[in-house]
Amino acid sequence: MIPAKFDYIKATSISEAVNLLDEHGFDAKILSGGQSLLPAMKLRLNRPEIVIDINGIPGMNSIEETGDEVIIGANCTHTQILNSDMVYKTVNILHQAVTTLGDVQVRNRGTIGGSLAHADPSADYPAVVLACNAQIEVEGKGGKRTIAATDFFQGIFTTALEDDEIVTAVRFPKVAHGKYLKFYQSASRFAIVGVAVVFDDSKVKVGITGVSDTPYRATAVEEAYTGNGDAAEHAVDGIEVMSDHFADENYRSHLAKVMVKRALEE
Amino acid sequence: MGEFIGKSVKRREDARFLKGMGKYTDDIKLPKMTHSAFVRSPYAHAKIENVDISEAEKADGVVAIFTGKDACGEYGVPCGWQVDFKNGETMREPKHPLLAKDKIRHLGEAVTIVIAETLEQARDAAELVEVDYEELPAVTDPKKAMEEGAPLVHDDWDSNAAFDWCIGNDRAEVEAALEKAHHVTEMEYRNQRLAPNAMEPRSYIADYDVNGDKYTLYTSTQNPHLIRLLMCAFVLGLPEHKVRIVSKDVGGGFGSKIYHYTEEALLTWAAKEIGRPVKWTSDRSEAFLTDAHGRDHVVKSRMGFDKDGKIVAHLTDEYCGMGAYLSTFAPAVPTYLHGTLFQGVYTTPLIHLNVIAPFTHTVPVDAYRGAGRPEATYLLERIISKGAQEMGMDAAEIRYKNFIPPFDGVEEAGYQTQVALQYDSGNYEAALKKGLERLGYDDFRKEQSEARKNGRLLGVGISTYIEGCGIAPSAVVGALGARAGLYEVGQVRVQPTGKVSVFTGAHSHGQGHETVFAQFVADKLGIDMADVEIEHGDTDQVAFGMGTYGSRSLAVGGSAIIKSIDKILEKGAKIAAHKLEAAEDDLEYASGKWTVKGTDKSVSFGDVALTAYVPHNYPEGLEPGLDFSSFYDPSNFTYPFGTHIAVVEVDADTGAVELQRFIAVDDVGNIMNPMIVEGQIHGGVAQGVGQALLEEVAYDEAGQMITGSYMDYAMPRADDLPMIETENTVTPCPHNPLGVKGAGEAGAIGSTPAVVNAVVDALAHLGVTDIQMPLKPQTVWKAMQN
Amino acid sequence: MNVTITVNGKQFTHDIEPRLSLAQYLRENLDLTGTHIGCDTSGCGACTITMDGNAVKSCTVLAVQADGSEITTIEGMAQNGEMHPIQAAFKEKHGLQCGFCTPGMVMVAADILKNYPNPSEEDIRHGLKGNFCRCTGYHNIVKSIQLAAETIND
Ligand SMILES: Cc1cc2nc3c(=O)[nH]c(=O)nc-3n(C[C@H](O)[C@H](O)[C@H](O)COP(=O)(O)OP(=O)(O)OC[C@H]3O[C@@H](n4cnc5c(N)ncnc54)[C@H](O)[C@@H]3O)c2cc1C
Ligand code: FES
Ligand code: FES
Repeated sequence: MIPAKFDYIKATSISEAVNLLDEHGFDAKILSGGQSLLPAMKLRLNRPEIVIDINGIPGMNSIEETGDEVIIGANCTHTQILNSDMVYKTVNILHQAVTTLGDVQVRNRGTIGGSLAHADPSADYPAVVLACNAQIEVEGKGGKRTIAATDFFQGIFTTALEDDEIVTAVRFPKVAHGKYLKFYQSASRFAIVGVAVVFDDSKVKVGITGVSDTPYRATAVEEAYTGNGDAAEHAVDGIEVMSDHFADENYRSHLAKVMVKRALEE
Repeated sequence: MGEFIGKSVKRREDARFLKGMGKYTDDIKLPKMTHSAFVRSPYAHAKIENVDISEAEKADGVVAIFTGKDACGEYGVPCGWQVDFKNGETMREPKHPLLAKDKIRHLGEAVTIVIAETLEQARDAAELVEVDYEELPAVTDPKKAMEEGAPLVHDDWDSNAAFDWCIGNDRAEVEAALEKAHHVTEMEYRNQRLAPNAMEPRSYIADYDVNGDKYTLYTSTQNPHLIRLLMCAFVLGLPEHKVRIVSKDVGGGFGSKIYHYTEEALLTWAAKEIGRPVKWTSDRSEAFLTDAHGRDHVVKSRMGFDKDGKIVAHLTDEYCGMGAYLSTFAPAVPTYLHGTLFQGVYTTPLIHLNVIAPFTHTVPVDAYRGAGRPEATYLLERIISKGAQEMGMDAAEIRYKNFIPPFDGVEEAGYQTQVALQYDSGNYEAALKKGLERLGYDDFRKEQSEARKNGRLLGVGISTYIEGCGIAPSAVVGALGARAGLYEVGQVRVQPTGKVSVFTGAHSHGQGHETVFAQFVADKLGIDMADVEIEHGDTDQVAFGMGTYGSRSLAVGGSAIIKSIDKILEKGAKIAAHKLEAAEDDLEYASGKWTVKGTDKSVSFGDVALTAYVPHNYPEGLEPGLDFSSFYDPSNFTYPFGTHIAVVEVDADTGAVELQRFIAVDDVGNIMNPMIVEGQIHGGVAQGVGQALLEEVAYDEAGQMITGSYMDYAMPRADDLPMIETENTVTPCPHNPLGVKGAGEAGAIGSTPAVVNAVVDALAHLGVTDIQMPLKPQTVWKAMQN
Repeated sequence: MNVTITVNGKQFTHDIEPRLSLAQYLRENLDLTGTHIGCDTSGCGACTITMDGNAVKSCTVLAVQADGSEITTIEGMAQNGEMHPIQAAFKEKHGLQCGFCTPGMVMVAADILKNYPNPSEEDIRHGLKGNFCRCTGYHNIVKSIQLAAETIND
């Protein structure tokens, strides 16, 4: 399997990457961990003429703590996040999610920025960033901006990013108590259902991935929550539920409720 | 027992594999080698309107492009077995072209081969080939393929049936017995289609030497001589002595690399056309679309019991998909490798199986680990457990009631089944007993009912399987439709220094022949293992062979080697007697030397070898040399058997199944190397569990494959499986010199129904009596809702 | 493009096409055919190598991305002809049959043992998730890695 021909440019700064994106438009693709992009290119489902490797850009792969936030550079690998004591202690739910993500080798290459930008409807991070109310930092021709997680995901493989924008970092508010639970698709090990619950006094924030073509905040659950798992029955209220070979709409809806209930009862 | 037989000798092949020094076909580079890529059909059924290669031909690096219009192998790839209709009509055998010309009959069928200087260039140019198709309606389900009005795969006939065959007792008699039975258990299900998925994708390099007019094909096959025979005699019409097939390290086969594939012949043909070597290595997507699949039976079955739970009759009708063409062994799989095992380990007096084998618009189906026997075992072991469940009997008890009593095949005769075979030796209850003890069956039942009270769903599943392997007796398989003999060849060449080269027609692709064969050769000759080298996988080195499949290598291939060793020792004794100036009868052979009985006068194996090649002082009339070749054609199949037990827990909310324990008690006859036998069992069990819980090739209505990558085709990963608890009973095979039965497939044959029985057992109190494989969480959950 | 990559302690410079995967580069340009390609899309783990100390699937890294990196392949595991303890353990415990998945298994085992010097069975099975073996049922691979941990810790 060999990708179609392309030119490779290793960007040395965010502005260089952004300028290249702006210049080449649809013909260009950002490459970070490559774990989603390269297989798609090999299958020739994706055939950019220019590949802009952002891995070498300084400052995009650190994990930092500022007061009540943890800021994770877009190029941080899943492994870096998994092994971070700071993440473990302050945003443990993120640690939990990464434990379930892919495998050793995929985690050693794949990045959080790449995963969010890719917006696979069964990816793990989306549920967590939603439940945490994380802020996604992006930069484009027009400068920097911050997109709330709830505004970021817009459809299957579709985000609020403009064509010339890249994700530069994700800001997670610290989370004292959270739970990530995943029901695996048995071949890909992506989520058929991934549920992230952040507990905040008597309230919860619930992010769900895998169930719909867009990951979502289960607001109906949040509103109905009274301290136990009963609210889980609202897990798919108003949601268009996906259907595939492994889980049809009916079963997926059921699973979403089961997993939300289990997470709420943690 | 000698020094090596029966010991877990570490494998001599490991060092090269562990250091990355294995030589798989794709690792080979020949000077001036070209690379190739195929243009394959994106449709399951279509008319080819036009193939335009004009743009592709202009692309960088293109050496040649061939289409179905080129005269490559005009006869197509043949089938190796003939199974005729029960009414006498000959099996329908369509031509299987190397490249499709007018019509596409399965997704991924090759239309064009593009050969270029580099792989990149071949792939790029392949994209420029323009093919116009007219898509036609397709049928992928074997039963639907036989419905009125189903799209025809081959227009030459008025239905899709390749054959319609039956075995066993008279159907009317079986039906009558079912009418009268105390209880009849019915099952309807699909033994789903599987993709073998050897980790090494198929890979071929063909080379043509114009000076000697000689072809060499490096191929990832389990079966070099058979490939040569089929390709030379049927496809390309080449003289066999001008063709060499080399197949050294092969990264797993499980059946999928036994067959002669179109690409092998096409590359061989193309190498001469372009006058340069050409390589093709399948990628994984192509492997899903073009490697022969396994299973695909649609089954309807009835088993009748008397009031004590004894089986009185068994009647089954199956539709077994062949795919678009008949692959090498395909017709044998649902018939002679399947129907002949319908006796199982039970005394069932009346058995009838009818098999209709339809063509479908899918990749050909052929033998996959177990081949026909897992499908038979699945049916028998599921339906007897279902019968027990319906009659309120215990799954172990009903088996004890129905077992064929123990027989060793020496004192007691073999067991004549209702379905043509005679079992060699068996002790089925001993294996079950051992398995239940290992599990702690009674304690488990207590634990299970306790757990149920707390809403936890535990289940245990038993499978008491038998299988036929060491597939060989040529007269038998010939009568059954095999177009080749199935003996094996073993040559033992003692070198002048007493070192021994063994050439075997069996093939190793993970089984460890280089070690196991050397173990018994060294023991039989009383020499060091280091002095024995095993050669395989090269038709120029090995006289002949039938390859490795059907767990036959040791039982058949090993026996051929033993025959040659006997000849070596016989001739050696003559030389030794001459040297020792003693009578042959006064000599005994042990520990690598001939000794005059009762004296310390002896001559070593090495000495005798040297004398055989430097015959200065030599028995009169005796030929020099010490080199024998033997063909071994056994008198019967061998019949390994055993008991597999699975323990599962089902998640009541989600339907997810956790396999908690797996116990395998296998009787594979005598054991040469326990470590290797265990390894074979582990691997087989993993594949059998894979079928039960995870694996499935699914097509949609249009014939597109839904599960054509590792993102959708679920194979067992390390965290899907527990440690596998292995045990043995040993009932030697009475009719081969090693007393071995074969261990390659047992794991895959016994395990699948054990797992499904366990899941059904876990849900039995909810009224669940059957679930369709694979037991995906969704499927299990839905079964619980009904 | 020009790249300079250190593989098994030796530095190589090549002018290569950007679309060349690291796996292909190792196999085709350096003749290090111990790195196998089983799926070419990051799904099977056969191509696992170590890149700057981490196990990665070399089919899903571009060779140009490895410019300046230190790579270890299966061929670099044995030192002075002596097998690495992981390799020795695979032989001892019969952790391989056809050998095709084996290089990837050995390389990922090295990563597992780096992060879990005393791995539980579960740690090992979790760590092997990205690597298919169709021959062994994983049983003896798990045992091999357990033994390797013991030998290394001794
Ligand atoms: C075998 C396997 C198993 C996996 N299992 C899981 C799993 O269980 N759960 C899960 O969530 N994921 C899983 N993944 C996906 C994995 O997490 C990927 O790493 C991730 O989805 C993409 O990240 P990447 O850094 O590899 O991005 P790339 O593949 O490099 O890029 C992905 C896409 O995002 C774009 N992009 C990349 N970075 C940026 C950026 N900073 N700004 C803007 N656009 C960008 C690219 O142009 C491309 O379109 C798996 C992948 C594999 C191969
Ligand atoms: S070949 Fe790289 S993961 Fe399969
Ligand atoms: S040893 Fe054959 S795939 Fe693992």
